[in-house]
Amino acid sequence: MIDQRGAQSAPTPADVAAPSRLRAPVECTGAQSLVHSLEAMGVDTVFGIPGGAILPAYDPLMDSPTVRHILVRHEQGAGHAAEGYASATGRVGVCMATSGPGATNLVTPLADAYMDSVPIVAITGQVGSRAIGTDAFQEADIRGITMPITKHNYLITDAAEIPRAISEAFHVAATGRPGPVLVDITKDALQAQTTFSWPPKHELAGYRPVLKPHGKQIREAARLMEEARRPVFYVGGGVIRAEASQELQRLVELTGIPLVTTLMARGAVPDDHELHLGMPGMHGSVAAVTALQKADLLITLGARFDDRVTGKLDSFAPGAKVIHADVDPAEIGKNRKVDVPIVGDVKEVINDLIDTIAADRAAGHVPDYSAWVDQTQGWKRTYPVGYVHGDETTIAPQAVISALGEIAGPEAIYVSGVGQHQMWASQFIAYQRPNAWLNSGGLGTMGYCIPAAMGAKTGEPDRVVWAIDGDGCFQMTNQELATCVINQIPIKVAIINNSSLGMVRQWQTLFYDERYSNTDLNTSHDNVFIPDFVKLAEAYGCVGIRVTDPAEVEGAIRQAMEINDRPVLIDFVVSRDAMVWPMVAAGVSNDEIKIAKGLSPEWDRED
Amino acid sequence: MSKHTLSVLVENKPGVLARIAGLFSRRGYNIEALAVGETEHPEVSRMTIRVDVDQLPLEQVTKQLNKLVEVLKVVELAPESSVQRHIILVKVRADTAHRGQVMEVVEMFRAKIVDVGPDTLVIEATGNVLKLEALLRLLEPFGVKELVQSGLVAIGRGSRSITDRSSRA
Repeated sequence: MIDQRGAQSAPTPADVAAPSRLRAPVECTGAQSLVHSLEAMGVDTVFGIPGGAILPAYDPLMDSPTVRHILVRHEQGAGHAAEGYASATGRVGVCMATSGPGATNLVTPLADAYMDSVPIVAITGQVGSRAIGTDAFQEADIRGITMPITKHNYLITDAAEIPRAISEAFHVAATGRPGPVLVDITKDALQAQTTFSWPPKHELAGYRPVLKPHGKQIREAARLMEEARRPVFYVGGGVIRAEASQELQRLVELTGIPLVTTLMARGAVPDDHELHLGMPGMHGSVAAVTALQKADLLITLGARFDDRVTGKLDSFAPGAKVIHADVDPAEIGKNRKVDVPIVGDVKEVINDLIDTIAADRAAGHVPDYSAWVDQTQGWKRTYPVGYVHGDETTIAPQAVISALGEIAGPEAIYVSGVGQHQMWASQFIAYQRPNAWLNSGGLGTMGYCIPAAMGAKTGEPDRVVWAIDGDGCFQMTNQELATCVINQIPIKVAIINNSSLGMVRQWQTLFYDERYSNTDLNTSHDNVFIPDFVKLAEAYGCVGIRVTDPAEVEGAIRQAMEINDRPVLIDFVVSRDAMVWPMVAAGVSNDEIKIAKGLSPEWDRED
Repeated sequence: MSKHTLSVLVENKPGVLARIAGLFSRRGYNIEALAVGETEHPEVSRMTIRVDVDQLPLEQVTKQLNKLVEVLKVVELAPESSVQRHIILVKVRADTAHRGQVMEVVEMFRAKIVDVGPDTLVIEATGNVLKLEALLRLLEPFGVKELVQSGLVAIGRGSRSITDRSSRA
C-alpha cells in the first residue's frame, strides 16, 4: 500500500494495522477472498448481522483466525460500533450487513461518519447481479443511496475485484480527510470461484490527497501570527484525526497563543492548559466564544466554521483575519473568507509552523501577546463554565457528569449521545488527552452512544468506557447491551434521566412559551418509569442501579467502577429543569451569548 | 449569478454520472446543460457541464467535484478561450406558403434541413448558445412543433490538451 502520508511522518496505527504482506495466489470463492482481504488489512473486529445476500461471506468468516465478528442486534449498532472503534483507536472500523434493510440500516451511521470524518468501511451483500434492478427480495440500491454520505463507494459484481475494492476502501477511508467507504458485493460475486492474491494494485487515478503544505503559505501564516495582537487557535476535530495533539501543544507553548477546542476537538490540548479557553459555539464558554469574537487572527486547524460554532456567520469574529489549514481543500473558504489557505495534513502544517516560528524566534522576532492573554484569562476567571442548582433534593445532571469525570479520570473514554447530556459531558469533564471524548457532532445522531461505546471498548479493552446517554437517546439503540453482555464488553452506562427530550424541552422553555409539545418521555418523572431502565439493564444481564438522591451519586459511580465482568448501568434520575448554559440562540450573533436565562456577561467591568 | 462551463474528466465507469449529478443537486446547484462522452482515451469520459452560479459557489462545486475519487480533472472553459457548441433539432411548421421563408432563415444561419414533411421541416443547427437562440427567435413565428437540444460541448483553443495524461492533475 502506498503511504499517502509521506515519508517523513511516522506511520499511523492504521498503517501499522494494515501490513501489505505478500500473499501467494490461492484459489477460493469470492467470500473467502473477502475474508482473506480483511485479514490482510489487519482487521481484528467486524460488527455485523448476517442475512441472505451476505450469507456466503459469513461462512469463511467463522474460520478466520484473526477476524472477530461481533453479532450486533441492529445494523445501526454495527455502524456506530465501527465508528466508536475507529474514533477510540485511530484505526479503520468495519461493519457488515446484508442487502436491502440491512444495508439501509447502515445509512445513519454512514452519514454520521461522513459528517465527523470517521474512517469506517461498510461491507454489504447485494442481490445477485442478474437480479439487480428487478426489485428482487431485499434489494436496495445502497450504492446510489449512500453516494452523498460516503467518501466513496463500490458495487462489486466480479469476484476478481474484491481484494482491490477492499484494499482501496481502507486506503480511501483512512487517508486524506478520513471518512466512510461502502463496498457492496453481489451474492454471485461472493459465491464465484476466483483467485486471491495480495497486495492488489490500486486503481485510484483521481485520488491524490494533498498532505504536504505549501512552504509559501506556511511562511505567510507565520508572518500573520507574528503581526497579530489578538490571535486565537481555533482547533477542530481534524487535529484529533491527524493525531497531531502533541505537535499542537508544542506550537501553543512556543507561541503563547490562546486556544479553543471545538466539540470534535475536546482533548486535543489538555483542558487544564493555562492557554485553553474552552469550547466555542452555541454552548461554548464565554471566554472561548468571546476570544473568537474579539480576535484579530484565527489560526484555524482542522475545523470547518460549522454553524454551531460561528452562530450568525456575518457577525462571527468580525475583526479577524483567517488562516485556515485543512486536508480537505473544499472546507477552505466554504463558509468564511480566508486570508491564508493551507491545504495539508494538519500535523505537517503544525510541524512546519513550529519550524518557521522557532527560526523567527531565534532571530529575535518575539511578538508580545501578553495584554491579549491577560484579557482572555480575565474572561476565563470571571465566567467559568458552571451551573446553579437550587434544589438540594434533586440531582443536578451537571453534578453527575462532574463526578464521573473526576472518578473515572483522564484515561477513560467518554461517549455521549446527543442533547443536553452531550453538552454537559463536553463542558464538565476535563479532557486531558485525544480520543477520550467520542460523540456525534456533525449529524447529531441520537442513538450513537451505546453502540459507539461498545465499539470503543472493543478497540481499547484496557480503558474504562463510560457511555453517558440521555433517556431519549438510550431508547434508540439500547439493544446493543445484549451484544455487550454476550460478548463480554463491559461498558459502563450513565443515563442522565430527566424523563424528557431535554434539549428540545429547553428550547420549548426558552422559545416556545414553555409549551412542552411531545417532549415528555415518562422515564422517571412523577414516579412513572416506562421503561424501568434498571429492570431493563437486568433483563439484558447487566447490573442496574438507580440513583435519585444527590448524596448517592459518587457512591454509585465508585460501585460501577468496581464492576468489570459485565456492563453496568446507572439510571441517574435528575432534575428536568436544568438547562445548558452558556447559550447562543440559533441564528444570532455570538455577541449575544447568555450565561443564564436573560443574563448576558458584563463586558464593561474591570477584569 | 453567471454561467460557467466546466469540463470534467472522469473515469469511464458505471455510476459516475449519477455521482456527479447527485453532487450538484445535493449542494444546491442546478445543471443547465450536460453532455457526456468518451474521450480519445476510452477509459476516460468527459462531461461538459453548464451551470449558473456565482464565483464563490463555483469554486466550492469545483472543489467538491475534485474530491470525488472517480474525477480526474476539472477545468473551467472561459468562452473567449474555448470553442463551445450546442446542437439543436427543431421541427417547424412550413406549409407551401411559408416554406421559402423558413428556408431563407435556415440559409442565413448555415443550418441544415434534415427531414421534410408535407407541412413541416426538421432543421439541424449547430453553434453557440447566442446564435441558436437567435435562430429560434426567427423560427418561432412559423410555429415550432418540437425542439430538442443537446448539451453543450466545449474544447479549449490552442495546442494544449486537457486530456494529456501528464496534465491530469
